[in-house]
Amino acid sequence: MSQLVSLLQAAITFGTVIMFGALGEVVTEKSGNLNLGTPGIMYLGGIAALAGAFFYESGVENPSAVVGVLIALVCCVAASALGGLIYAFLTVTLRANQNVTGLTLTIFGSGVANFFGGSMNKLAGGVGQISVATTSGGFRATLPLAKLGTAGSILFNHGFLVYTAIALAVVLHLMLGRTRVGLNLRTVGESPATADATGINVTRYKYTATCVGAVITGLGGMFYVMDYIKGTWANDGAIESLGWLALALVIFAAWKPLNTIWGAYLFGILYWLYYYISGLTRYSQELFKMLPYVVTIVVLVMTSMRKKRENLGPAALGQNYFREER
Amino acid sequence: MAETPVIELQNVTKTFGYVVANSEVSMDIRQGEILAVLGENGSGKTTLMNMIAGIYFPDSGHIRVRGKEVSIASPRDAFDLGIGMIHQHFKLVDVFSAAENIMLGLDGGMLLDRKGVAAKIREICDKYGFEVDPDQKVYDMSVSQKQTLEIVKVLYRGVDILILDEPTAVLTPQETDNLFAVLRNMKADGKSVVIITHKLHEVMSVSDRVAVLRKGKYIGDVSTKDTNPQALTNMMVGRTVELNIERPDPVNPQPRLVVEHLSCTSPAGVQVLKDVSFTAYSGEILGVAGISGCGQKELLEAIAGLQPVTAGSSVRYFPEGQAEEQLVGCSPRKIKDMGVHLSFVPEDRLGMGLVGSMGIPDNMMLRSYSEGHSIFAGHKKPNQMAKEVVDELGVVTSSMNAPVRKMSGGNVQKVLVGREIALSPSVLMAAYAVRGLDINTSYTIYHLLNEEKRQGVSVIYVGEDLDVLLALCDRILVLCAGQINGILDGRTATKEQVGLLMTSLQEKEGD
Amino acid sequence: MQTSASGGSRLRIVKRDSLPMWKAVGIRLLAVLLALLVDAILIYCIVNLNPVDVYKTMFSGAFGTTRRAWITARDTALLLCMSVGLAPAFKMRFWNTGAEGQILVGAICTAFCMINLADVLPTGLLLVVMALASIVGGGLWGLIPAVFKAKWDTNETLFTLMLNYVAIQLTSFCVACWENPYGSNTVGIINQNSQAGWFPALFGASYGLNILLAVLLTVGMFCYLRYTKQGYEIAVVGESRNTARYAGVSITKVYIRTMILSGAICGFSGFIAVAGSSHTVSTSTAGGRGFTAIIVAWLAKFNTFFMVVISLLLVFLEKGSSEIASQYNLNEYAAEMIEGIILFFILGSEFFLNYRLVRTGKEKEGK
Repeated sequence: MSQLVSLLQAAITFGTVIMFGALGEVVTEKSGNLNLGTPGIMYLGGIAALAGAFFYESGVENPSAVVGVLIALVCCVAASALGGLIYAFLTVTLRANQNVTGLTLTIFGSGVANFFGGSMNKLAGGVGQISVATTSGGFRATLPLAKLGTAGSILFNHGFLVYTAIALAVVLHLMLGRTRVGLNLRTVGESPATADATGINVTRYKYTATCVGAVITGLGGMFYVMDYIKGTWANDGAIESLGWLALALVIFAAWKPLNTIWGAYLFGILYWLYYYISGLTRYSQELFKMLPYVVTIVVLVMTSMRKKRENLGPAALGQNYFREER
Repeated sequence: MAETPVIELQNVTKTFGYVVANSEVSMDIRQGEILAVLGENGSGKTTLMNMIAGIYFPDSGHIRVRGKEVSIASPRDAFDLGIGMIHQHFKLVDVFSAAENIMLGLDGGMLLDRKGVAAKIREICDKYGFEVDPDQKVYDMSVSQKQTLEIVKVLYRGVDILILDEPTAVLTPQETDNLFAVLRNMKADGKSVVIITHKLHEVMSVSDRVAVLRKGKYIGDVSTKDTNPQALTNMMVGRTVELNIERPDPVNPQPRLVVEHLSCTSPAGVQVLKDVSFTAYSGEILGVAGISGCGQKELLEAIAGLQPVTAGSSVRYFPEGQAEEQLVGCSPRKIKDMGVHLSFVPEDRLGMGLVGSMGIPDNMMLRSYSEGHSIFAGHKKPNQMAKEVVDELGVVTSSMNAPVRKMSGGNVQKVLVGREIALSPSVLMAAYAVRGLDINTSYTIYHLLNEEKRQGVSVIYVGEDLDVLLALCDRILVLCAGQINGILDGRTATKEQVGLLMTSLQEKEGD
Repeated sequence: MQTSASGGSRLRIVKRDSLPMWKAVGIRLLAVLLALLVDAILIYCIVNLNPVDVYKTMFSGAFGTTRRAWITARDTALLLCMSVGLAPAFKMRFWNTGAEGQILVGAICTAFCMINLADVLPTGLLLVVMALASIVGGGLWGLIPAVFKAKWDTNETLFTLMLNYVAIQLTSFCVACWENPYGSNTVGIINQNSQAGWFPALFGASYGLNILLAVLLTVGMFCYLRYTKQGYEIAVVGESRNTARYAGVSITKVYIRTMILSGAICGFSGFIAVAGSSHTVSTSTAGGRGFTAIIVAWLAKFNTFFMVVISLLLVFLEKGSSEIASQYNLNEYAAEMIEGIILFFILGSEFFLNYRLVRTGKEKEGK
């Protein structure tokens, strides 16, 4: 029983990182931009939050958790929005190839984050020595409900970002399905020419969606740094693999925000399952970690075979839009 | 006292580069009428209506709506003036439901009022007799349902002047009747309806008044009740123009290509070719006439092995002194490997006939690169061929290896036709070979086709300019709605005859 | 749409007809210079170092000693092989983002043979078997998405991307299986004593064979794409499927054949990486180079000789930056940051190669 509890807890924490990543990517992709820079943006968001909190906590005598959290949040939002902006400027205004730009953004983000992360480690005196305990504590503060037995420790033993992610998924679901902005955004991703003809400003939607999407993705990076690894930094490439999982989750969830909720937790369970199955050797554990990707490939192949249009993703995904000369 | 027309055009002119699409057109659209705008392909009907709908902006001239001079810069401006247009290519988002497509681009609050929209859609449907399910997705709809949705979409925006661009081209006769019933309802409601068409029986059955355009110019209008198909055809095609294209007599014509019961169905399930049977002879030019989208493209592609055909279709090829070959079911590569010299100048020059990013020599290889056993593609022969084509046809290009995409339309066509002729064909098919070309280049092409004919090639020429077809071809096959509507002798046929066969399907026994 | 016409004059984007070679090169050089300037400012702001000194250090890091120059050459050769492998796929407009995985699969196939056949086969034959194994492995990894693309039009960008991670986990699995010594979670140097399956020194240079293979692949691929019938088919399919059908090209066949080739060369790069340089295998055998290769192949516009230049630039940055890192007590990730910025600028400069901006007067206002 306690094994199951800790599996679910791990799955929820793990899932939240990729849920943020996937939600951000859904928003971006709904505008027709396939941003392969998701890992890079998570890196940017994570390192900015950590740096903000680090300099605040080392500069102030008695740091407050609330201020720390706010500073981390602002830094994270600014850095990830900047990542989105670079991508949007290159692909929308300068019409650069989306795949190549996204991959470059990933290289850039990983470079920036690991450079500053490594430098901060050095400043702090070694790996794992960065101390943003107050801020990280703020991120990990749980509700008193967490003490309510098993259900409490599965459902409520998490920091506020876990619930933010779920709320965000619901909000995005409503936004895409029920609001005018959502309808316009989906049109831009499906058929930018139609959107343009109906008077929707395609460029503005693509920019906004990419930047907002980047901010959401960046929150995933922040959650990873502040909650998952408790306010430290390690140059182990973990964020990158989480970023790619987030991209996988978008496909798995068929570009639907609500699906990312259970999809993210399922990915979390699949990823950690090996830990709780007795009798696995170390190498068969590695094969277990393959599961989320294999499942995603199966989903990708099945949707393309069944040709159900809703599950195939935005029709104009990956293509830049230029208005035809007339 | 004459009523003020709802729309008045005065001296409207529109040019695209050097092509004059509309020249000094003045006409009007009246309240509560169904106006048919009639004209051949390329007569400028669609361009003219696009200017009213805000797709194009006129170079000069005035547009008045309900007596007031207006400037219509976008489809939104048109909607605001109560003008809506249904284009041939629907502007719908596939994964959206009917209601979502209708809501698209409308002003309003932040939240979508699905219930309200659905109610209003029902109201419109009840009023005019449409059937639209607000929650149905567009990808689940038939072509006719999509068209209905487009109409409801503009009516929803309070449009009272509705323009439809060849609305029946994609509909079955049954669906056409339904559409016309709806249009009559709208007329009864006081709305003005314009349909762009070139089908005469539809003009006769649905319109009140007909306005005729020819080569970008406004010819005039008549009341439908005061006219008949022959008179309209005459207005549409005009007097025969002497073109001075030479037409040598066929020498020893032999059957070269025998097409029997050729039928084919489009991916959307519409039958685009219906039981087509004819014989093309060596040493003659067989013209194919028809309004656009009547199966010309499919006919040529089916012969070339690019279009799947229905069972029972047969295309037999009779080479000189050898056994016949059945071409149906063969891929283009197989046809070539059988030794059939079938050349094809497709309508889409850069999208099908040529590789836009490659230079002339590389394009010369396109049909013959696979010859021989070497894994390397020889460049010597294509270079030689490119030089010959450039010299003989006077192709103007900055360099041989400059991408053909960057050349002018005439030069692109010379490269394409030059290549197909250089393959020494025994059957040469050309679709719209002179479209968009200047007079000189056009005559070069006619001359080339005649040269091939003299050498005993069977030439199949799909064209849109009736004057050219009548001057160039030995026989003219007229397609109408995917069927052969008659085969005429090019030397004796009149423009009116061809025009009538193009626009009105002859009743056949058993139909 | 209404606003665009009312602004009086505005900037309009016009496609360029053609651009003389020197201008095209000039624009790219300018982009790199601008990027270096931005990097310099950044370096100065962050670490307060004189950027010129920093760039000097970078140069010495990449080419300062013969040994460093050889390592730079070796790594350039490796990146080049991967980029060359991507060239045919990209020319066909098939987004093979799976180079990373194809390299790794090639690498584990190589390592498998190296570990298990070292005592059975003589080195020469062993190398051939290893190479073949890597080609088969990589080719298979390229074949899978191609089949689905050809039959069901499955999105190849996402498919190949996901396959990378399957391959990474597969590599981790193999590393755990083959770990040596036990508990280290690494494979260690394979055949350290016998050096079986290691590239022999060529012309007296330990990395001579790596470079020779890269040169052969580069020239070979250039000729393949330009002079062979298959290369011609790839170009036609990439340009327009309709034209390909018209010309009698079987699109399915070309997709599958080309992706096997692309995957096989990437797999072969994995062989070079394992047998010719690291003599071990881990997930960092590819280490993101598969992604970098995508950028190289794209920027080179499928021309394998341009790939040489771009690969060299990127490897130079990598080597140079790690030198800065050790000299100035920074960390080596500065390389990725600098690389990212330079690539951003080069990507952005592509726009000015294809388009120019013109100021137009009142448009669409009529007369």
